[in-house]
Formats: sequence, structure tokens, C-alpha cells
Amino acid sequence: MSEQSYVRDEMLPELPPPATEVGIIGWMRENLFSGWLNTILTLIGIAIVYMAVSAALPWFLNGVWNANSLSECREILQGKSGACWGVIRDRFNQLMFGFYPHEEQWRPVLAFVLLLVAIAPILFNPMPLGMKIGWGGFILVGLWLLRLTGAPTLAYLVFLALALPVFHEKMARKILFFSALFPFVMVWLMWGGSAWYVISALLGFVIGYLAFRLLEPIIGFLFSIIVSVLVAIGWWFFLTAPFAAWMAGIIPLELTPVESRKFGGLMLSVMLGVTGIVGSLPLGIFLALGRQSDLLIVKSISVGFIEFIRGVPLITLLFVASTLLNIFLPPGTEFDIILRVMIMVTLFSAAYMAEVIRGGLAALPRGQYEAADALGLDYWKAQRLVIMPQALKISIPGIVSTFIGLFKDTTLVSIIGLLDMLGLANAIRATTAWNGIIWELYLFIAFVFWIFCFSMSRYSMYLERKLQTGH
Amino acid sequence: MKKTVFFGALAVAGMAAGVAAAGTLDDVKARGKLNCGVSTGLVGFAAPDANGNWEGFDVGVCRAVAAAVLGDPTAIEFVPTTGKTRFTALASGEVDMLARNTTWTFTRDVDLKFEFVGINYYDGQGFMVPKSLGVTSAKELDGATICIQTGTTTELNLADFFRANNMTYEPVPIETNAEAQQQYLAGACDVLTTDASGLAATRASFENPQDHIILPEIISKEPLGPLVRHGDQQWGDLVRWTLNALISAEELGITSANIDELAKGTKNPEINRILGTEGDLGGMLGLDKQWAYRAIKTGGNYGELFEKNIGENTPIGLARGLNAQWKDGGLIYSPPFR
Repeated sequence: MSEQSYVRDEMLPELPPPATEVGIIGWMRENLFSGWLNTILTLIGIAIVYMAVSAALPWFLNGVWNANSLSECREILQGKSGACWGVIRDRFNQLMFGFYPHEEQWRPVLAFVLLLVAIAPILFNPMPLGMKIGWGGFILVGLWLLRLTGAPTLAYLVFLALALPVFHEKMARKILFFSALFPFVMVWLMWGGSAWYVISALLGFVIGYLAFRLLEPIIGFLFSIIVSVLVAIGWWFFLTAPFAAWMAGIIPLELTPVESRKFGGLMLSVMLGVTGIVGSLPLGIFLALGRQSDLLIVKSISVGFIEFIRGVPLITLLFVASTLLNIFLPPGTEFDIILRVMIMVTLFSAAYMAEVIRGGLAALPRGQYEAADALGLDYWKAQRLVIMPQALKISIPGIVSTFIGLFKDTTLVSIIGLLDMLGLANAIRATTAWNGIIWELYLFIAFVFWIFCFSMSRYSMYLERKLQTGH
Repeated sequence: MKKTVFFGALAVAGMAAGVAAAGTLDDVKARGKLNCGVSTGLVGFAAPDANGNWEGFDVGVCRAVAAAVLGDPTAIEFVPTTGKTRFTALASGEVDMLARNTTWTFTRDVDLKFEFVGINYYDGQGFMVPKSLGVTSAKELDGATICIQTGTTTELNLADFFRANNMTYEPVPIETNAEAQQQYLAGACDVLTTDASGLAATRASFENPQDHIILPEIISKEPLGPLVRHGDQQWGDLVRWTLNALISAEELGITSANIDELAKGTKNPEINRILGTEGDLGGMLGLDKQWAYRAIKTGGNYGELFEKNIGENTPIGLARGLNAQWKDGGLIYSPPFR
């Protein structure tokens, strides 16, 4: 036994896996070349990507920025392939603001950054750390944009005073008050004129609410609601204008009025999109609830509305807004075209929203409704505390899809002669300087829309993760 | 306007006090602004520049009318209209006049109840094809795919032309002129058809214009002119004679350069009547004596407008052709100012 051969008395160290199984090679073997079919498909895919990039990249990078017309571009390029980005530089302001007067362009910018301030406490509360850094960046960008458009000092102060508290969780709650007021602020900033009209329109709500609180103990819930609505409408119709004129006489709070005909470009799309989104969600919730209601009239109105709107293309509704209404309304009636379109877009997306939310309601187990009833909650409390939070959470992907669709649908207004970015692209291409330019404009517009839609889609994913309660 | 912004739908019922009875002229004067319907963008005829100021041949007519009525060529609200919305915009009163490359036809004049006040451009429908197609006449286009703008007279003319010549074609319907250009260049259709002025403008914008030819056949008459609503004769007269003033000014040699000189009084009584130093033509229109002076001073006479926007020195490079003064063998002719 002495001729004992070698015996290993320890374990061999683990060898690293073969180079073909790990790292980049391993990943490629597994994902790209795992069989002859996949290998062929990969090679074809690479060839297609290469062809597309090699054709587009030189054109893209060889772009000319400092040309003032297409013929100038072609002169500079001397027959080489290259994009003519000069059109974006030349018409950037127009693509963003339409015909909004140049010296007033800080107002849409301020309205836009304040919009983000107004929705931030709703969208992100509490703010995660990464978001806080992003928010700091946003504040800097906002200040820079205001500077670019020559905003007055007061605009900076208002922006900072509202944007800084968003960092702090408790302070951000206070900003919610501003969020509720924001639609009125936006109207005043965008259209200008005397602030007192906006303030007295707002007072209508306050007066209605006060009337309700005063009357409720005396004449009961239903009657006090009816009376307070009538009081508010009465205020709007008969007292708003004199009150505003009177106050404007005492303390003038004026911005140069801008007519809606001047609105255009991205600004128009964002305005239509935001009002559509803000208006359609609550309206959609009520329609969805109405459709499930046991009350015959409520139910049939909801069903009728939803099915009618969903049965009609948006373009038809836009044509109704722009042309038919003109014929039905008495001549001389000034019913703002942008407002008409806003109402149509909101109604249109509300119908879709209602169905998305109804899907969420239907997905809730029956037990949730029964549990809410068993707790002794009345209908509205049950909806608010038990049903809706769950139904809305389920519907998030659908809701955001509807929002994205709505935002993209705003480009349809170019068909009725409103100049959004696509409409402006047409008008720009009709000038002698830029006649014949195609790709640059449309690529730019696509890029801008992509930024908006992609952020919305990322936000919805963040929200889903945040509200995730499963295990 | 403020009120309508806030109470929109509600206000509709309350503000239903609009009156159609008042004349357009009074409306425009009260408003202090002329609402002029223009194209959403047509090369040389109407397009906004980088500062949002509208420019073009049709826009020039709007500016002349605004100058005549309000004394300010910038007191205009340009309302961009598409081929589909233009007539409702005019009929509903959203615009006071339409200067939007609109062909004067029987049905539009009679059935749609509009009033064409004159012709500011004589156009005709033509065809453009790539040279490589090897076609030299429109009669050889049997079986071609043709890009055609929907809702325009060109669509109908095309059908008539092909039926009359016993040929078939495949239409590719498109919405705007700009889109037509792109479809044609991308090869979506063999032939692009629209008014000859549009074809020339489109061809001028190509990187290699020499690769495309405009076929010699002009298959239709397209008299383009400004129009107003039926039933308001005073307003119609005003727009008509503003256009005629521009035309007569060219004929009589009144230009934006020498108009101040001529306005002091000349030996030619017609010039004097136009410029208001003799008689009171403006008073008959409900305007002051200087109305035509302002209209011509704004953008120059008809010939100046033509040269500045679509003439041979512009990239579009249209020759006067049919649109020369009658004295020079064209069709542009204004009735006398008397």
C-alpha cells in the first residue's frame, strides 16, 4: 500500500465558467445566437439596423443650423446629405407658442411651470430622494426659461415661492390649495385681461358653498344644493361683470389680453391636453358610477352619453365645434373656438375614461362592495373610501393610455384650422423660405410628443409600483 | 371675450342677442378689426413668417381692404381655414371675407350663396410628372396614379378630363398642398395635379427641379378671387372696388412709390377720382375719400403685389401670363372709376 498513488485531500477550487457562457459573449449566445433560426434573425436585424443608421446618421449629424431658408441650406451642404435644422431654430418660438405675442411669452411659460408645481404634490407625495434632485433641476430650468422669455421679477418670485415648498412633505400639502386654484390662475395668465373677472368667477364657487352651508340646516340637503347652485349661477350671470369692473376700477390687476386665435403650437396642445385630462377624469368617474347606478334616469343618461360619444369620431366632434355650432348659434355670438374645442375634447375623453374606470369597478370582487356596506358606509363614503381607490388603482394603465391618446389627439385640431404644431408645420412649409422641407419638422414634432407621452407612461409605471399592495 | 372664456356654454344662451341685421361694414368698424379667412398655408398666397405676420398675394388683398375700411393694414385677424372649413367660416360670419384661392364657380356663387367680388388670379389646373416617366402630354396619362387634393374643384376637373378622354386613373386623395408635395416626391403617385401656380411653386422647392416637368395641358379654368356673403351688397361692393382700385392703379401707373406725389392732384381725372382729390367715390361706399389711397399705399398696386409675392423674381417665379393687364394681353381688367 506504500505505492500509494496521489490522493487529493482537498476540494478543487471552482473554475470560472467557460468564457462562452458568461459576460457579454454568454449573453449573446443565450439571447441572440441560441439556434440557427435565431442566429439568422439576429444577423438580418443587425443588417437592417446598420442600414437604417448608416443612412440616417450622417444626414442627422451633418445638419445645418445656421441657415435661414432651404435654399441657403442646400448651398451650405453643397449636395452632401444633411438635415436642415435651421428651420427648427428659425421657427422654434412659433412651434412652441403659435402666434402668442413675443413679449408676453413668459406667461405661457410661467403657466406651464406653475402647472408642474400644481400637480407635483398630487403626483409625488412624499417625494422620493431622486425625485427631489430632479425637482431641483426643474426649478433651475424653470428659472432659465422665465429668463429666456423675459419674465418680470414678480414671476420669478411667484414661481420660487410655490416651487420650493414642494421639497418639504408637509409644506407640499399646503401647495395643494394652490393646485385647486391653478385652473383660474392659468386662465388669467393665458388670456390676460383683468384678474378681477377670474377672481369674481372664483367667488361664485365660494358664494355657492357659503349658501349651501347656511341653508343646509334650514331647508335640508337637496333643496340647499339646488338653491346654492342657483345662487352661484345668478352671481355668474348678473353680478360677476359689474363686480369685476368695479374692483378693476379700484385696484387694476391687468395683463395684456391675448385672443385665443393667437394660441398655437405646442402651447395649444398642452392646454387642450391638460384641460382634457383634468376635466375628463372626474367626469369619467361620475359617468362610470352613473352607468352602474340603479337610478333609471341617471343610468340611461350615462349610457346614452357614453355610447353616443364613443360612436362618433373625434374629428366629427371637432367639426361640430368649429362649423356646425357657428351655424346654430345666433350670428355675432362670440363663443371662443378654443373653449369649444376644449369642451369637445373633454367630453370625448370622458366617455372613454368612463369605460376604463367601469372596467376597474367590474374587476373589484363583490366582497369589497359588501364589506363597505357592512361597515355602514353610505354610498358616497363607500365609493370614496373603499371602492374608488381600488378601482382607480386597477385602471391606472388604461387611464394613462387614454391620457396619452388624448394628448396625441390634440393634433387633430389642425383639421379645423387651429394651428397646433402639425398645423404650423404646414404653414411653415408654405413659406417661400421653407417650402419643400419635410423630415426635419416632423422629426422635431415627433420628438416633442415622444417626450410628453413617454414621461406620462413612465409616471404610470412609477405609480403602479408605488401603489403595489400584492406580495 | 373675457366673459365667454369663463361661462362659455352657459353664456351661449344668455348672449343669444347677436344681430345679423347690422351690415358687415358696421360690424367691422365697431370691432376695429377685419376677420379675413386665408389658407392655412399656400406658397406665395398666404403663409405666416417667423414673427407670425401673414404674407402673400391673397393676404395682400385682405390688407388692402383693412387699410381702406379701418385705415390700418394690420388691423386684421387672419383666420386660417382649410378647404373644408372655409365656406362654413364665411357663411356663419366667423370671417368677413375670404381671400383663399377659391375658384369662382356657378354653384359656389349661386347655390352656396356667396358673392365673388372679382378675380385676382387666373389659374388653371395642370399636371406635373417626373421627367423619368417619359410623358410629354396629359393625354398619355392613362392608368396613372394621381395625387389629388380632396374637396377642391381640381378633383372634379380631373374626373371630367379623364372621362372625356376615355382614360382611367387611380386617385391618391390628400388633404393639403404640402402633403401632396411629399407624397409625390416619395413616389406615392406618378402625377401631381393642382393649379398651375401651385405646381410651379412646388417644383421650385424641389432639390432638383429640372427632373420634373409641368405638362403643357391646362385642363380647367380656375378663376381665383375673394368672396363675401350673399345679401350684404354694400360690403360686397366695398371689397370688389378695393380689388378694382388695385387693378386700376397698375393700369394708371399708380404705385406705392409715387402715390403720395399723385395724391396731390394730377391731370388724369380717373387717378384723381381714385385717390379722392376729385369727386366722392369713397362716400358712396360708406368710407372716406382716402380709402383707395390707403389700400394702394399698403402693399402697392396689383402688379406690385404680384411681383413681390409670386412674380418672376421670387422663388415661385410665375410669369404674368393671363394675369397681365388687358393692355398687355392679359385678362386683368377693372371697370372704370367713374
